Amino acid sequence: MEGLDTVVAILVGAIRAGTPLVLAAMGELVTEKSGVLNLGVEGMMLVGAVSGFIATVATGNIYVGIAASIVAGMLIALLFAFLVLSLMTNQVATGLALTIFGVGLSAFMGIKYVGTPIEGLKPILIPYLSDLPVVGPILFTHDILIYAAVLLVIGVAWFLYKTRRGLILRAVGESNDAAHAIGHPVMMIRYLAVLFGGGAAGLAGGYLSLVYTPQWVENMTAGRGWIALALVVFATWRPGRVLLGAYLFGGITIMSLHIQALGFNVSSHLVATVPYLATILVLVIISRDATKIKLNAPAALCRPFHPTV
Amino acid sequence: MLLRLEPRTQSSKWLQVASPLIAAALTIITAFVLFGALGKNPVVALYTFAIQPLTTLYGLGELSIKAMPLMLCALGLSIGFRGNVWNIGAEGQLTFGAIAGGGVALWAYGNEGVWLLPTMIIAGGLGGMLYGAIPAFLKNRFNTNEILTSLMLTYVSIQVLGYLVHGPWRDPDGFNFPETRIFNEVYGIFPVLIDGTRLHLGVVLALVAVVVVWVLMARTFTGFQIEVGGQAPHAAAYAGYSQKRVVWLSFLIGGGLAGIAGMAEVAGVIGQLQPVISPGYGFAAIIVAFLGRLHPFGVLVASLLMSLMYIGGESLQMNMNLPLAVTGVFQGLLLFFVLGSDVLIRYRIRFASSRREALG
Amino acid sequence: MTQGTGLWMAARRRGWALMLAVLAAALLQGDGLSAAGASLKIGFVYVSPVGDAGWTYQHDLGRRAIERAFGDRVKTSYVESVPEGADATRVIRGLAASGHKLIFTTSFGFMNPTIKVAGEFPDVKFEHASGYKRLDNVATYLARFYEGRYLTGLVAGHMTRSNIIGYVAAFPIPEVVRGINAFTLGVRAVNPAADVRVVWTSSWYDPGREREAAEALISQRADVVTQHTDSTAPVQAAQDRGVYAIGYHSDMSAFGPRAHLTASTHNWSNYYIRRVREFLDNKWKSTNTWGGIKDGMVVLAPLNRAVPEKVRALVAEKTAAIADGRFHVFAGPITDNRGNTRVAAGKTLPDGALLKMDWFVAGVTGKLKQ
Repeated sequence: MEGLDTVVAILVGAIRAGTPLVLAAMGELVTEKSGVLNLGVEGMMLVGAVSGFIATVATGNIYVGIAASIVAGMLIALLFAFLVLSLMTNQVATGLALTIFGVGLSAFMGIKYVGTPIEGLKPILIPYLSDLPVVGPILFTHDILIYAAVLLVIGVAWFLYKTRRGLILRAVGESNDAAHAIGHPVMMIRYLAVLFGGGAAGLAGGYLSLVYTPQWVENMTAGRGWIALALVVFATWRPGRVLLGAYLFGGITIMSLHIQALGFNVSSHLVATVPYLATILVLVIISRDATKIKLNAPAALCRPFHPTV
Repeated sequence: MLLRLEPRTQSSKWLQVASPLIAAALTIITAFVLFGALGKNPVVALYTFAIQPLTTLYGLGELSIKAMPLMLCALGLSIGFRGNVWNIGAEGQLTFGAIAGGGVALWAYGNEGVWLLPTMIIAGGLGGMLYGAIPAFLKNRFNTNEILTSLMLTYVSIQVLGYLVHGPWRDPDGFNFPETRIFNEVYGIFPVLIDGTRLHLGVVLALVAVVVVWVLMARTFTGFQIEVGGQAPHAAAYAGYSQKRVVWLSFLIGGGLAGIAGMAEVAGVIGQLQPVISPGYGFAAIIVAFLGRLHPFGVLVASLLMSLMYIGGESLQMNMNLPLAVTGVFQGLLLFFVLGSDVLIRYRIRFASSRREALG
Repeated sequence: MTQGTGLWMAARRRGWALMLAVLAAALLQGDGLSAAGASLKIGFVYVSPVGDAGWTYQHDLGRRAIERAFGDRVKTSYVESVPEGADATRVIRGLAASGHKLIFTTSFGFMNPTIKVAGEFPDVKFEHASGYKRLDNVATYLARFYEGRYLTGLVAGHMTRSNIIGYVAAFPIPEVVRGINAFTLGVRAVNPAADVRVVWTSSWYDPGREREAAEALISQRADVVTQHTDSTAPVQAAQDRGVYAIGYHSDMSAFGPRAHLTASTHNWSNYYIRRVREFLDNKWKSTNTWGGIKDGMVVLAPLNRAVPEKVRALVAEKTAAIADGRFHVFAGPITDNRGNTRVAAGKTLPDGALLKMDWFVAGVTGKLKQ
């Protein structure tokens, strides 16, 4: 059944293409929920990608590489955190500077590693479940990072909305002064949130260089960091919607490739606009309820926090 | 915390001038370490990066023409940012302005006259405005977040440009390469203002825009409304200032200026439409806007600084065999220092160590 | 207040001394810019990073070959990721103005900027890749990559079982179209039932996107995949999905040992070394070089063990025929994929028509005019 096979292939492709977006966007969501806007996602992803790659080549162990990508993302996020939290520099400009820095740093680190092949992470085959028709490939034939991304979404949602610590983080993002007045360590919470965002972005980059296309090429994220940023806004800062948005965006991209592969004559340029236009359209439909949107955007986003006490 | 920031009661005036110098000093120190570690003479490297591009007339001209699109876009963005309107799509508006201006030049092919350039400028501005109107409309009518819409539309505009230069607007004598005809040399391309450089009319337009925007923001009621809308939205609503109007103005002015920038780029130094006409000016302009503290004169200076960073980076590659990656690292660090030093204007640094105080 | 301050003051003093020492050392070093005798300064302008592992990477290998071949007689430098708009003119001019006497501009989009700068610097020689405008001091060069494509098509046409072959391509410019057509002609020569399906990625190097395109083609039953993009992602996709791949730009077998059948590789070294030698001997002239297999600019990567002997023999025979000039890839009869005859029997498509190719041969699924 060729039609069904195509649909299955598109869904599987959507999940794989959407995973780096999910990882990076979840990190940024937590960061933004605490009131900090980090536009340096692209730079952090690249630094994570190259670090993970170098670590894997050096140790021969891909799990070391995955860990390295998370740590590298956190380190570079720490730099950002110091600037915007302790020194209170402008968040937008600093985030963009972080992108420039991250792109350059990753390119510099990776110079000797262009053209080096490695063994990527393979999908895990679950006996019986992976062989199920239709459902098997879509749900049960993925590598661990894809499952990890879904778990991350569930974990973050649970943390933010079902734990006290998550509530405090959200409070910090809504009104940092009020949270401080109650006695919560605003600075520390924001530092941790930014570090989490960096680690997640680093992991997203590591996914690209270790699993998706196991190699290092300069600038290999090709703008996915910006898409992740847009997805957080698109999802109106709700974790579940980030997952859906990422898979939707990935799915439409894959679908347009399949349409070409099937032999339909479409202008490649016009077809390439579809994911972006679709994202706008869906957001328009979701956003029409003004009150719902306002309730989700962190009110203190981008407002620097300075303790006067 | 070892480091504590104490807010000043008044922004320090002398630090407003000194902070860039402090940033420069920090950058020079870092450069010594960075270039030294790479085995290059740091003094020569700094000279190549920061001074050499300025030593010739041609170099100064290049500095200006590269600052021009940054300036125009950043001016428009700064208005919006002051009003809390986040236009991230300047790159798309710039592209559409180029398409509009270029479209006029191609439509007039063979029948050019003195009227062509002014028409192209107007078309460029209108093209950018129209494209900027889309996120504004979606925000005002459907409450759609403008960050996302303007960013997504940027990608769309690049595909539209690609479609046009690969298809209907392709140069029939161009061996089917994705380029349009070259615009008429006399009437369709900005004249060079100073011999020996590529300095063109677009730079003048940018300078005029600086003055106009300053007047708008500092001296008109509209500018005041935009400011209040951004800083104290509740007060603005109470006073009856329409935030919707602020959104329209921000995107129309921002889009119009970006559109003119795109058109000026195409009519100034490229001379035709190609698949890639901007190396990311619309995004770099965001940094420029903030470096310039959202003030027109600040934007003027910041765009020159940013332009110097790009050109200095090329110079480092050309003359010192340093890979592009190093200049990216260097630029990022320089920006960090500039942004960090700015903090000193509003805050005083205190090294507080309770232990030392206890001992003292 | 005593011990701590004392150490602190000492450290500060030592810090200043250290800084002064570094400064002095820096100034006393040679400045690295002094004219190294009569070294010829050669400049390269790249459109993408050397780290793209594709088009620019191969040019840079050529640059390094020049350095190895001529040692101290030359000094090369390069500027990478130069956007094809206004910046290109400045960079090219910057190289010309800083003493570079031979400049290679390695992308089509640098054509007009190169011509502009060449007019201002008549004693600097320029080599522009893939363009069609020349001056007395501007030469053009390109390689007949399509010859390599034809040969790889012979292999692909034989190795496919599903008769669907996938082609991951970036943008529909004439060079890419030529490659697709030559490849398909090779496929059809051994397997008239096979089809070539093209998927456009709209990017020269986005490994993720290339992977997705390859996966889409493989899902649609393509069992040989080839590409005109920079990274090795399509080869990896083929390796993972158990189908075959044909690389481009360089030998990509390290990324798919089982899958990689062969590749059509770019070799600029011979041409670059020859032109530098001509310059040094004062024999440089503006020419239009469109070399191919004959000149060693296009080289086929070693064939995979899985390729049977009779196909190897065919490839070897055709390679020799192309090199001799006995066989021309675009020799008629050739029909396009809408049924029109484009090249009559007995005729050959001239270079001019090749340079502006904007139609697909029969066997390619897809159309070009938007």
